[in-house]
Amino acid sequence: MTTLNSPMALPSLTLLGQSLLSGLFIGALYGLLGLGLSLCWGMLRQINLAHFALAFLGAYLTYQLAGAGMDPLATLAVVVPCFFALGVLMHWVFARFSVSAFNSLLVTFGLTAIIEALIQWIWTADFRRMESAYGEVKFRVGALYVGLPELLTLGMAVALSLLTWVWLRYTYSGKAMRAIAEDAPIAAAFGVNVRGLSLMLSGLSAAFAGVAGLCLALSYTLAPGQIYAWLGVVFAAVMLGGLGNPLGPLVAGIVIGVSEALTMAFTAPAWAPLVSFSLLIVVLLARPERI
Amino acid sequence: MRRRALAGFAAAGLALSAVPFFGLPAFYESFLYLVFHWIVLAVSWNILSGYSGYFSFGHGAFFGAGMYTTATLATKAGVPFLWTLPAAALVAAAFGIALGAVVFRLPRLRGELFALLTLAVTFVLATIVLNTPIDGGPGLVLSAVPLPAIGPSPSSTFYLLGLALALATLWIAREIQRSKLGTGLFAIHDDEDVAEVLGVPTYRYKLAAFGVSCGLAGVAGGIQAMFISYVTVGETFSIAVPLYVVLMSVLGGSRHWFGPAVGAAVVTALLYAFTASDYAVAGRAAVGMILILVILFLPEGIFGQAVRALDRRRVSAAPAIDAADLPAPAAAAPGKGEGKTLLEARGLSKAFHGVQALAGVDLEVRRGEILGLVGPNGSGKSTLINVVSGHFRPDSGRILFEGRNLAALQAHRIARTGLARTYQIPRPFAHLSVLENVALPAMFGRDALPRAEAEREARRWLAFTGLAAKATALPGELNLHQRKFLELARALASRPGLLLLDEVFSGLTHAEIDDAIRLIRAIRAQGATIVFVEHVIRAVMELTDRIVVLSYGRVIAQGDPRAVMSEPDVVAAYLGKPHA
Repeated sequence: MTTLNSPMALPSLTLLGQSLLSGLFIGALYGLLGLGLSLCWGMLRQINLAHFALAFLGAYLTYQLAGAGMDPLATLAVVVPCFFALGVLMHWVFARFSVSAFNSLLVTFGLTAIIEALIQWIWTADFRRMESAYGEVKFRVGALYVGLPELLTLGMAVALSLLTWVWLRYTYSGKAMRAIAEDAPIAAAFGVNVRGLSLMLSGLSAAFAGVAGLCLALSYTLAPGQIYAWLGVVFAAVMLGGLGNPLGPLVAGIVIGVSEALTMAFTAPAWAPLVSFSLLIVVLLARPERI
Repeated sequence: MRRRALAGFAAAGLALSAVPFFGLPAFYESFLYLVFHWIVLAVSWNILSGYSGYFSFGHGAFFGAGMYTTATLATKAGVPFLWTLPAAALVAAAFGIALGAVVFRLPRLRGELFALLTLAVTFVLATIVLNTPIDGGPGLVLSAVPLPAIGPSPSSTFYLLGLALALATLWIAREIQRSKLGTGLFAIHDDEDVAEVLGVPTYRYKLAAFGVSCGLAGVAGGIQAMFISYVTVGETFSIAVPLYVVLMSVLGGSRHWFGPAVGAAVVTALLYAFTASDYAVAGRAAVGMILILVILFLPEGIFGQAVRALDRRRVSAAPAIDAADLPAPAAAAPGKGEGKTLLEARGLSKAFHGVQALAGVDLEVRRGEILGLVGPNGSGKSTLINVVSGHFRPDSGRILFEGRNLAALQAHRIARTGLARTYQIPRPFAHLSVLENVALPAMFGRDALPRAEAEREARRWLAFTGLAAKATALPGELNLHQRKFLELARALASRPGLLLLDEVFSGLTHAEIDDAIRLIRAIRAQGATIVFVEHVIRAVMELTDRIVVLSYGRVIAQGDPRAVMSEPDVVAAYLGKPHA
């Protein structure tokens, strides 16, 4: 109640804090969505446009299963293995037809259209919102509110990014994976199981899309057309973060999310989508070798 | 050829424009309008993306820019509908050129990045339009805008407008494919760096193609705005436009101006069949499925495959070219000013992330000589060639060639000063025939010959290098030896004053090296000045007048080949220092 006495300064600070926080949380989701994309693009040279469609498919599956009475977190036990298999299958097709980086973009563009149609067919084009106990839980930190779904998203994004980083850096198979990214034929000549590891990475990326889907379902209203809404920002985060770098999308995603939140707070919400694009252009112009 | 094609276009136009006067139901006219509409979008997209290989996923943005230009001008400013169309073209083209001016400036922007950036632009534009007074949310209604009565009914007016634009677009696409611009774009598709080094102004060409492509999409958008009469952001900037145009072009064949038109007709009919039977969603899934299957199984597209089959039959019927009938090639005038400095490098430096590839190289090349550039691996020989030919900019230093400082010029301008190079690993344009490969530098080099003359010139050099029988083959059908000679023929076709050869002999057999030595002597006999980088010491000793030895990016010795090769410093650079 004391805030009422100082009419201008304090409320705007709270607002600023709240918008910074929401920027952090949405940035975490950008990072989570970008993680699988970045790994596939950087290490397997495949640009998986269908990653977004997969995430939404995961979100709708979570929505469906939760509607049938399952705990949203428990749906991961179903979604993750299914998506892993899907990712493996996808890479198998790419490897079988030796699809180039560019053609993988076209093929997954087609796949996106198919998945979008599938979603629309099953769940219609209407907006869907998952009801869950998690959505109600809110913590209060000082003057700021933090929702449980957002916290879960941040937690999963950080955990998965860090785990992937540790895997790539400290384990034998992770190092082998990095060798494949450098030069697959040479890695194969040194006894690395290129085929198996590539299939696994592709499966892992798709599984990450499934996890991102859960987070989408927890915090957002779903519609098939929304698939494309995330595309620009997340690709910007992937490119800014450096391809194949597991921590890159998260860091870049949070930078973008916070910048967007600040833009919204200081100008109009309408201009937020320009932030990621401008950042990307600036980085491309200033340090093109980064990508 | 051109007159016949023009007559064909006119005849097709006349015949098709008579259709509305036969009293066809409006429904058919509208369907045919949609076919024309998609032909315009797919064929215009193909001008940049099919020819040069830079796939734009942002065609919807330019189409939408045209739509909103017409809608805004017609509803808010009261501009007559037909007058809004040039404005739609201008706005879309200006938008495309502005975007291209930024993204094409990035050094070697990869195709995937271009595709994603253009896709992102679509959504950025949608956001701007939605949140500003241009649209503001509710959409724009054009039903009150008067439609000029071009045909007997509104639907026939749209039919005629669509037909006119489709024919114009096809004509433009055809002319571009056959022009120098088209040749340059196809070269960019295969190897942009090499195209630039051979004299193709890659930046300007991509920009020009992008501008034309976007402008045509803009007009199509303008007409479409009037056709649907209610313009909304959601419908305009959807993923449908890029998805369909990519599919249509890939399905029809993106290496020919007519391919996308075939794809557009097929896909539009297909989509229509689905929509008519209430399975619009299934239709989109089918389109996605077809895109996947075409990429995996039919990479050249329906029309592309057909054209190639036809070409093959035509080629086998063509008479073989007899090398003996051709006049001997006449290169740059020999003997003039022999011994004077032709090229002079001063203090040339270039570092890559801390590796000093060139550390202040001073060098001169005299007119009419063969200069050998030798040195151990990593001594900076290839970097030197790359810097002189403009592939890399030097960090510091000057390169004077006939009085001009090459260090400040773009690679395609360097090519026009009369300097040509070969690559150590041959880099022919994979989808152009051997003849087209060699004709290209003659078209873009110092003399900028017209196509017919450039091909005559190319045939001479093919005969000279013994490749005349392979003129119609694709580079992939040649063996290494032939590809090295193709590299040479391509460098010679621009009649360079200075020829830079990067390891022509590596990988050749003993007998092939003899061949190559004879060839280089013949080139020299016609007065060309040659710098060549070489590891094959026998060739160096037999051919060069003078050699320059590089080590760690510096010149450590130069002069008479035999004397230089026995200098202790040179021996040490190659073999290491003796341990006493």
